Order: sequence, then C-alpha cells, then structure tokens
Amino acid sequence: MGKRDYNLLGPDAQRAVQTGLAAAQWYHSDVPRREMKELMQRSDGPAIRDTVILLVALAAFAALGIALWPSYWAIPFWLAYGVLYGSAMDSRWHECGHGTAFKTPWMNTAVYEIASFCMMRNSATWRWSHARHHTDTVIVGRDPEIAVMRPPVFFKVLANFVGLFDAASGLTRMVYNALGRVHPEEAVYIPTQEQHKVIRVARISVAIYGLTIGLAIWTGSILPLMVIGLPRLYGAWHHVMTGLLQHGGLADNVTDHRLNSRTVYMNRVSRFIYWNMNYHVEHHMFPMVPYHALPALHAKIKHDLPAPNLSIAQGFAEMWPALRRQLANEDYFIQRALPPTAQPYRTDFHAAALGSATR
Amino acid sequence: MPHWIDACATGDIDAEDLIRFDHANQTFAIYHAPEGDFYATAGQCTHEAVHLCDGLVMGHLIECPKHNGQFDYRTGEAKRAPVCAPLRTYPVKVEDGRVFIDVDA
Ligand code: FES
Repeated sequence: MGKRDYNLLGPDAQRAVQTGLAAAQWYHSDVPRREMKELMQRSDGPAIRDTVILLVALAAFAALGIALWPSYWAIPFWLAYGVLYGSAMDSRWHECGHGTAFKTPWMNTAVYEIASFCMMRNSATWRWSHARHHTDTVIVGRDPEIAVMRPPVFFKVLANFVGLFDAASGLTRMVYNALGRVHPEEAVYIPTQEQHKVIRVARISVAIYGLTIGLAIWTGSILPLMVIGLPRLYGAWHHVMTGLLQHGGLADNVTDHRLNSRTVYMNRVSRFIYWNMNYHVEHHMFPMVPYHALPALHAKIKHDLPAPNLSIAQGFAEMWPALRRQLANEDYFIQRALPPTAQPYRTDFHAAALGSATR
Repeated sequence: MPHWIDACATGDIDAEDLIRFDHANQTFAIYHAPEGDFYATAGQCTHEAVHLCDGLVMGHLIECPKHNGQFDYRTGEAKRAPVCAPLRTYPVKVEDGRVFIDVDA
C-alpha cells in the first residue's frame, strides 16, 4: 500500500469508500443469541461501586497532596491522583460514551461529561469520533482515533506518555471551538444539527480552565492546576501505555477485529484503571457488552481469537519491534496465529489492502 | 388498503426481544415488548446500514449493536446519539398466535 494519508478528507479516505472498506461488514465470532443477551444486560451496581472508589480515591489523594505540599512527601499522592485523573478518566469517558457502564442513562451522561473534561476532550465531538472509530476501526483516512500512524513518530508517541501532544491539540481545539468554529475534519463526522453542542461544551471548558488559571495566579500557587489540568499530563502514562496496545503494530485496512486489535491480560489495578478494555478484540466485536461482562465474553469466544498477550510487558515486547520495523516499511504488521478452533481470518473483503510483509 | 404479511408466530420472539424479518427486498425488525405487545420497525438503523436484530431490547428501547444508538421501537423516535433520524414503524396485528405486519404502511 505504501504511503498512508490519515487525513479524513484525503485520498485514502476516498479510496476506502470506493473499495468498500468504509462502513463494511465486520467479522463476528458466533455467540448464541440467548447468551449474548445475557452478556449485554446492563446494571448500575459495578459502575456505581467503581465510580465511588474512583471519586473517593481522587478526593483523598488530592487532599493528601495539598496537605503535604510543597514537601517531597506529596509526590506519591499526586502521582496516584494523576493516574486516576489522566488515565482512569479515559476509560470512563470511553465506557460511558458507549452508554454501557451504567444502566441508568443520566449516570452514563454525568460520568461521561466529567471524564471528557478531565481528558481535555470535547464531549460532543468525541462521541461522534468514537462512533467512527467503531465503524471504520484503523481504516486509514476514515478512523479519527488511530493512536500510532505509520510510519510511527516515536517522539510524539513518547511525548504523549506525559500528554504533551494530546493536551496541546485538545486545548487548541477547545479554544478554536469556543470561538464558535467547528473544524472541517470534525464536520465530516459530526451531523450539522449537533455541531452547536461542540461550541457550547468548548465554552464551558474554557471557562473552567480560565477560572483555574485565574485562581492559580491569584493565590500565586500552581496547586489549583495540580488539581485541574496538569494531571492530564503527569497522569497520562497509563492510558497511553494501554491505549497503544489496543491496535499498535497490528493490521490496518482490514475488516476483522482479530487482525487489528489486541487483547492483553493485565493486573487488577490496571484493569480497574482501564475498566477491562484490555479485552479489546471482544469490545470491538461486541460494543454492546458492558465492561464488567467482558471477561465472561472473553471466556466464551477465546477459542476463536488469537492467543491474548499475557501481560502489558509481553504486549509491548510484541508491539514495539513491529512499530520500529514500520519506520522502514509502512506495510509491515503483526499477524498472529489463530488457534485450530478458530474460524480463519476473513481476508476476502480486504485482501487488496493487506501488505505482503508479515511476521 | 393494508397489506398484511404473516411474519412469525408469537412464540418465535422471547419477551423483551426482537427478530429479523425479510420480505420482498425489505428488512424489518419485529419486537415483543415486556408487557406482551408486538411492534415492527424498519430493520436497519438510521445511523448506518446496520441491522438492529443483534441489538438489545430494554423496555421499549432498542439499542443498536454498532454504536449503542437507541430508538423507542413503538414510535421510532431516536432516543440516544449517534442516531438522530427516527426509525420507520409499521402497524402490527396478532391473530391466532401469528404476528402480521402491514408492510405497505
Ligand atoms: S449504526 Fe446504529 S447507532 Fe450507529
């Protein structure tokens, strides 16, 4: 395929539409309807429990960080606060955006708005961009949420472990939208009648950040920004680490999530922060299944999936060399073996788009 | 003039569930509401060309399996983004344990 153009208005976007890669039918593992209905059932209990734990922990760590400020003893508490703010909020944004975390709609909406703000994402814009990510997962020119483009820009990837590029683009776009404008790329996937919400959300966010900066100036202390804003930087590393694993080094321009998504077994703390999105193939195949039911879904369909990575470290050991190879060869990707019990990869739709270099 | 088509038996659909029904190049979704009534809508979501038959019925809402958009299947009203346009609905009648839908409505 050669040089990729990730612009949503560019030639690769047009080609994806022409070749049928855009809005295509995707492969799904077989799960009997009755079992799938069980897995899709919503409940408030798990998400209320997790949200209470998250909010109480955030309040406690911030309180201790403030109380111990400016001694070095405050550092561990700010680091813990940061990870909950700058990483756990990413998965809350994600699950509540799908509307699957809670059964009660207003709870999903409330947590979605708070989490979007923490992650410096416009809640109105990102609802639509994420829908596109699910329609056209890692389809070049169509998916607005590709974390590592080819060839990878390692400086950018590493800088985002402390949120530098993501926060800068989030803030820039926030101000742009607050001035009453919707970017032409946003207009590709946000329906016209919804675009006014983008501007309203941006203005509210700018007002909150303005107040926080004003408070920091007034008090002559960085503390207000340690609570609001900066944790998006110093706590971003965990969501970037797990986010890179979702699709990094795997195929693009395919219509089988087993080829472009990665399931990774993780420790309990990371799974709390990440809200079980380590079961990422399962999530993409069946986005209706709430985070708390993903382990059960995994158990049901793992016979049809490539073997999961056994840890975050093992996932990186697989992904990182592949990213490095993509520097020299954009078409390189990892194609993992399927177990004998699996249906073969569905390459019929996208055969023309697959590169020849595989591991 | 209604054009009633025999779509399925009442027992073919679990309570609070739906099935797909295809007829003459058209595709429909037929719902069994929790209180026992039956409803019919167009089969495909109005957001993208995804069939609703793999979605989840919750009360009187059908949630689309692709992006979790929701409709009230009794009225077709779009209830949750990313769906914005309403879903077409069709009249339904039940006779002798069979569900009929008026496909020309
Ligand atoms: S296709 Fe139905 S909500 Fe997107």
